[in-house]
Amino acid sequence: MEGAEANESGWRSVRSIGFRIAALHAALMALSSGALVAFLWWNTGGYLDRQVERGLRGDLAAFAADHRAGGSAAVAAAIEARLAEDTDTEAIYLLIDARGVKLAGNLDAWPAFLAPGSEGAEGRLAREAGETTARLQALTFPDGSRVLVGRDVGARRQLQALVAESVFYGLALAVVLAASGGLLVAQVLARRTAPLLATAAAIGHGDLARRAPLSGNDDEFDRLAGSFNAMLDRLAGLMEGMRQVSNAIAHDLRTPIARTRAGLEEVLREASDAGALKAGIERGIEELDRVIALFEALLRIAEIESGARRSAFATFNLAQAVEDVAALYEPVAEAKGIRLETEGPSVLNILGDRNLAAQAVANLIDNAIKFTPEGGLVRVRVAGSGGWAEVSVTDTGPGMPEPVRARAVERFFRGEPSRSTPGFGLGLALVDAVAQLHGGRLDLVAGPDGQGLTATVRFGREGE
Amino acid sequence: MRILLVEDDPEVARFVAKGLRESGHVVDWADNGRDGLFLAASESYDVIVLDRMLPAGMDGVRLVETLRATGSRVPVLFLSALAQVDERVRGLKAGGDDYLTKPFAFVELLARIEALGRRPRGEAPLTRLVAGDLEMDLLARTVRRAGQVIELKPREFRLLEVLLRHAGQVVTRTMLLEAVWDYHFDPQTNVIDVHVSRLRQKVDKGFAYPLIHTVRNAGYMVRADP
Repeated sequence: MEGAEANESGWRSVRSIGFRIAALHAALMALSSGALVAFLWWNTGGYLDRQVERGLRGDLAAFAADHRAGGSAAVAAAIEARLAEDTDTEAIYLLIDARGVKLAGNLDAWPAFLAPGSEGAEGRLAREAGETTARLQALTFPDGSRVLVGRDVGARRQLQALVAESVFYGLALAVVLAASGGLLVAQVLARRTAPLLATAAAIGHGDLARRAPLSGNDDEFDRLAGSFNAMLDRLAGLMEGMRQVSNAIAHDLRTPIARTRAGLEEVLREASDAGALKAGIERGIEELDRVIALFEALLRIAEIESGARRSAFATFNLAQAVEDVAALYEPVAEAKGIRLETEGPSVLNILGDRNLAAQAVANLIDNAIKFTPEGGLVRVRVAGSGGWAEVSVTDTGPGMPEPVRARAVERFFRGEPSRSTPGFGLGLALVDAVAQLHGGRLDLVAGPDGQGLTATVRFGREGE
Repeated sequence: MRILLVEDDPEVARFVAKGLRESGHVVDWADNGRDGLFLAASESYDVIVLDRMLPAGMDGVRLVETLRATGSRVPVLFLSALAQVDERVRGLKAGGDDYLTKPFAFVELLARIEALGRRPRGEAPLTRLVAGDLEMDLLARTVRRAGQVIELKPREFRLLEVLLRHAGQVVTRTMLLEAVWDYHFDPQTNVIDVHVSRLRQKVDKGFAYPLIHTVRNAGYMVRADP
């Protein structure tokens, strides 16, 4: 069981992004240093070897010419001259006649590893200075005598071995460094993601108030944690909204349903004739219709707040939409002796949901007309700047005291305790939800001269 | 009219079918999408009333799509408990002609069914609407009653036009709000009533008999009986 767990955690570390970064890092480092070393090797070591071969071939060609001109004696003389010039004793020469007797050179006997017919070879050779490695080439002249030329490459081979050794250790060091760098990166990754994971796990277990801590570096992880937290705040807001809705349903929906039920029961008990029964049932249906309307208003707000409506966004002329809504309410205002005025540009395009924007503006105008006494004025103003478009509705009604304004957008909150005005107390909550859906907000301030109320709904214009 | 009702809830179906029969219509009922599609394809109906969500793998939207694919143009009204705007749009996109959310008032359903069933189909577009001594010229955009020109603002003209197109039928406030203003929300205050009363001032006041009648608990109707 424990073994299985260890295996499991082993797998997890292999599959972790940190491990993969470390492994990839090490592999890339090894590959690139390997490529560099191979290039250097070929370029330097190979160059030296090719240099030697060229020297040997040059010597043989010169001896061949000497032999044609003066026979073996000329070759022997040339060898003696060269040996006299060779100060660093790298060059090896040997000239023998057809019977194998040495004629000239600094080697005592024809080395065994250079077979009589062969062109060239490399092998160990005993010299005055001790045993060494030599590169040899041989040539047989027409009279049967043979010449051997060679270079002592012992020092070179030693150098090459040294280089190979340092290359090997260098590579090993690079791999170790890369691996530990990768592990370091992996560790940093693990350390930085740990608080996020812990927060997510805590939230998964029901601790919804947890937030991911920020390191203060304002790096990628901080930004990730920041948007993570913003998402959590949004979710918490939605949950709070849901809680409010269910509380509201518990309180404000129960009342009209209870009233309807009581009314129907009374009709059933007391109605003496068909006419009274019918009237009572009609009243019941009317009250149920109000409950349904209330329900629909609540669901609509919830739908808007969920953000699902953003899929229906399109560019539309907000100024025209406001004009249309004002025209819809103009006869209502007129019937109440209220002037309804609109002002602003005739074109103000925004990206949004035309129907919702119209409903929000309708709610504001509806409210304003409801609360404005006869002879009053409702002014609708449309304005736009670079990032914003706003619609403000100012009335000359009684206005709202500051504490009421602060709570006005809550669902079911109603300014007057008397509840003499019809409505559910959902109108401004809907306007606020619509504004937020459009990246804006609803502001309520006292009207000019402290009289009445100015409700301003802002719409964001990004993307328009 | 011959109406096909596809609705899986027997209580709602019974209530709707009974109401429609009492209003003088012939009603066939199917309680699932397969039977509904079979009936819709084999019989000839004036209107199909269709529940949006149906059992047995054939929901309302699929049914309409299939039906439209066969070339049928019979008007379809969706009845649905799904109130979201997206659902409404999906229903209409699939080929539905109208969409009514549950719970609904029967008068609203009846008004919408009758409006759909009597809708002129395929004929040349109307250029003139007449009711009693009132005459509306849709091309010149003029209205005359008893030879007298009545000046109407564009919205008033549109409002009267919708009422005239459904002369003899009930037009509910919601239908007017949708048809004249293209709004799909409840404006709380009875704005429609105020607009209709304004229209009446111009169209009915001072004439021999009223054309625009209020139908209690339902809406309005243009009726030309002197």
